[in-house]
Amino acid sequence: MFDTLSGRLDEIFTRLRARGRLSEKQVDEVLREIRLALLEADVALKVVKAFVADVRERAAGAEIHKSLTPAQQVIKLVHEALVDILGHETAGLEPSPRPPRVILMAGLQGSGKTTAAAKLARLLKSEGRRPLLAACDLRRPAAVRQLQLLGEQIGVPVHAEPDASPAAAPDVASRALAVAESDGFTDLIVDTSGRMHVDPDLMAELRHVSDASKPVEILLVCDAMTGQDAVNVAESFLAEVAVTGIVLTKLDGDARGGAALSMSYVTGRPIKFAGVGEKLSDLEPFHPDRMASRILGMGDVLTLIEKAEQAFDQAEAQKMEEKLRAAEFTLDDFLNQMQAVKKMGPMSQILGMIPGMGKLPISETDIDTQLPRVEAIIRSMTPGERADPGLINGSRRRRIAAGSGTSVQDVNKLTKQFDQVKKMMRSLSKGGGAMNLAGIKGLRGGGTMAKPKRRR
Amino acid sequence: MPSGIGLELAIAAVLVAIIAVAYFVGRTRRQPPPPEAPAARPEPARPKTVEVDSRFPPPELVTEAPPEEELVEQAPPTVAVRPTLAERLTKARRFLADKLDEVLRRGRDEETWDDLEAVLVQADIGIEMAARITTDLRSRLDRAEAADASAIRAALREELIELFDSQAERTLVLAPEGVTVWLVVGVNGVGKTTTIGKLAHDATDRGRTVALAASDTFRAAADEQLEEWARRAEAEVVKHQPGADPGAVAFDAYRHADARDIDLLIVDTAGRLHTKTPLMDELAKIKRVVEREGAVHEVLLVLDATAGQNGLVQAREFTKALGVTGIVLTKLDGTAKGGIAVAVENSLGIPIKLVGVGEGIEDLEPFDPKSFVDALLE
Repeated sequence: MFDTLSGRLDEIFTRLRARGRLSEKQVDEVLREIRLALLEADVALKVVKAFVADVRERAAGAEIHKSLTPAQQVIKLVHEALVDILGHETAGLEPSPRPPRVILMAGLQGSGKTTAAAKLARLLKSEGRRPLLAACDLRRPAAVRQLQLLGEQIGVPVHAEPDASPAAAPDVASRALAVAESDGFTDLIVDTSGRMHVDPDLMAELRHVSDASKPVEILLVCDAMTGQDAVNVAESFLAEVAVTGIVLTKLDGDARGGAALSMSYVTGRPIKFAGVGEKLSDLEPFHPDRMASRILGMGDVLTLIEKAEQAFDQAEAQKMEEKLRAAEFTLDDFLNQMQAVKKMGPMSQILGMIPGMGKLPISETDIDTQLPRVEAIIRSMTPGERADPGLINGSRRRRIAAGSGTSVQDVNKLTKQFDQVKKMMRSLSKGGGAMNLAGIKGLRGGGTMAKPKRRR
Repeated sequence: MPSGIGLELAIAAVLVAIIAVAYFVGRTRRQPPPPEAPAARPEPARPKTVEVDSRFPPPELVTEAPPEEELVEQAPPTVAVRPTLAERLTKARRFLADKLDEVLRRGRDEETWDDLEAVLVQADIGIEMAARITTDLRSRLDRAEAADASAIRAALREELIELFDSQAERTLVLAPEGVTVWLVVGVNGVGKTTTIGKLAHDATDRGRTVALAASDTFRAAADEQLEEWARRAEAEVVKHQPGADPGAVAFDAYRHADARDIDLLIVDTAGRLHTKTPLMDELAKIKRVVEREGAVHEVLLVLDATAGQNGLVQAREFTKALGVTGIVLTKLDGTAKGGIAVAVENSLGIPIKLVGVGEGIEDLEPFDPKSFVDALLE
């Protein structure tokens, strides 16, 4: 499922690369494609319109850089326009004149408020702060209990009044504030019920909870999978309370994430955090420039590096690079590195961050299901075989296949593939340190994929 | 079984990843990560306690004969007190209808078609399908002279209704005899547990005995949420310890339901993103485990009406993993139009069976394409 916005734009620009300078007609064509791609990515229509108009204007006024190809220029323009909407810097939490800093979580049902509240509390705690959670979702069954359990897991106290009636949410919030003040908590995170933005009673209740807890930060929690409705939601919440930022949840799925653009555009508020997994540590500061790059298929190298640095140490990575250069890479190294890479997260996710990998002709889930088989095959080899796959003859092949529960063909495929890569490495390192990503792209094999038929 | 091509690509993929890591990390002279940075973890190994500790209280003997056998659910009679779906949706959906009115009032010109397409896009129908509908509509109406606003509206209505399968079976399947099992699945936060509460209520209302399997053993307090719904709906809950194997819970629940002659077992599952292979496998396993003893009669995918185009991907992946038999479209009481469900039914052939229109226990209604489309256009 890599046919995302990145993929779509990638496709346009691949096509453009073959052409010379952009004519006005070509600009029109590009803009039309960008419009389509953005709509397919669930960016709200009115945001798409504004965005396309903006890019057109920039294109008209743009200076021609001799150093850039026309395609690169368009990419640059679109990237700049995206960053202008998403924000230029990673936005942090609002400061509070005096503690406790009150953070209110608001949003539709099921957007992930309770989980995001706990993740945020954990993050603050890890920064040495003393947060208190307030369970003000008194409507959903067991929501209070859920927050209490999450609080226990992360070791953050929770102010909860399980028996309070749903209408008492503002009172609970104000008592939580009193507790936070008197007990010297640095932050108070108020979880609220999910509510439909068209429900006037519940929206009024949200305002009351806000009045009672006096937040400096009101975070609108939004599901990354949201469609066109994102603008209506954002506008309605903004009209009711002073939203100061957005938390984009479930970003670890394959949703194209157009809601991120819509939300930032409509509210003019930054996306501050992104929920990227089910574990309570899976909340990351939102990086607008990285998101823009990701949208444009420029990969997400910064996140990749960050993740890699957590999984590998510098020396190890350097050693690996040297081995790759010298084409001395053995199957044992491959196995070891595979383990390390696996620590960084699902392979599909990692590949998505590598520039140019957006179009890998493979279903995202397939890679991760295949890995155990690859591992099993290598583990069924003797150390000698791993160092020199050339040793593997017919009977060894059968033994390896039997040992790993795979077929002889699979074993063949692995050794052949490995051989090819080594050859490629050798030619790459001969090419004057040109171990660049353009070379890696050769691995994609299929070349440019069949272009999906486009209307208009 | 995964194909060999997948294996080759997987190897290539890993190599690419390794090379990229070597390339970027080996080269960048960056400071080591700050000490408090959380170490990356391997992909979700959810705790799997296989401990079977059914804390379900000793059952009462159910000696009554089960209600007369019906093969299908009857659509609940529309009670006058409760507003119809169309009524509820009217307010929330004025936006779309107003847009349409505005477009049609202006008279028909080139832009009419673009604007009509825009209206459909804003309903989350998807640009591709919106374009197809508009093109069809156009070729249909260009031939007819003097198509006025009402003719365009009527044609659009027809066009939209035709996207649904008029022959589709939209009632929930019941077992001819023995325990009926419905498995409820979906991504996080779509309203699975709430939907189960409503389904259970509807069934007990019809005199059926209902048990709920708390197979969401992952999310904190998910079982307690389910128990609260069970209390409201007068159903039983079978649960294990948090973190227990969800398949084991479903298995025990089935055994329990079977032994006590319970009519309907609804299995709640943890929300999961369709991209997480191990979790999708886990879901398939829950189904298999139940099928070892009995049958699963419905696999209901709960879709959030606010979802955009990703809804289609979700439906495709869940279907691939365990064969979805019907869609429940939730949260139709907001301004979201739920257009993605149209795309799901049209392109995957999975019928939308029910719609959720609120947080009340009765806010679940049978899906009817005509009133859905009418609610969109009127």
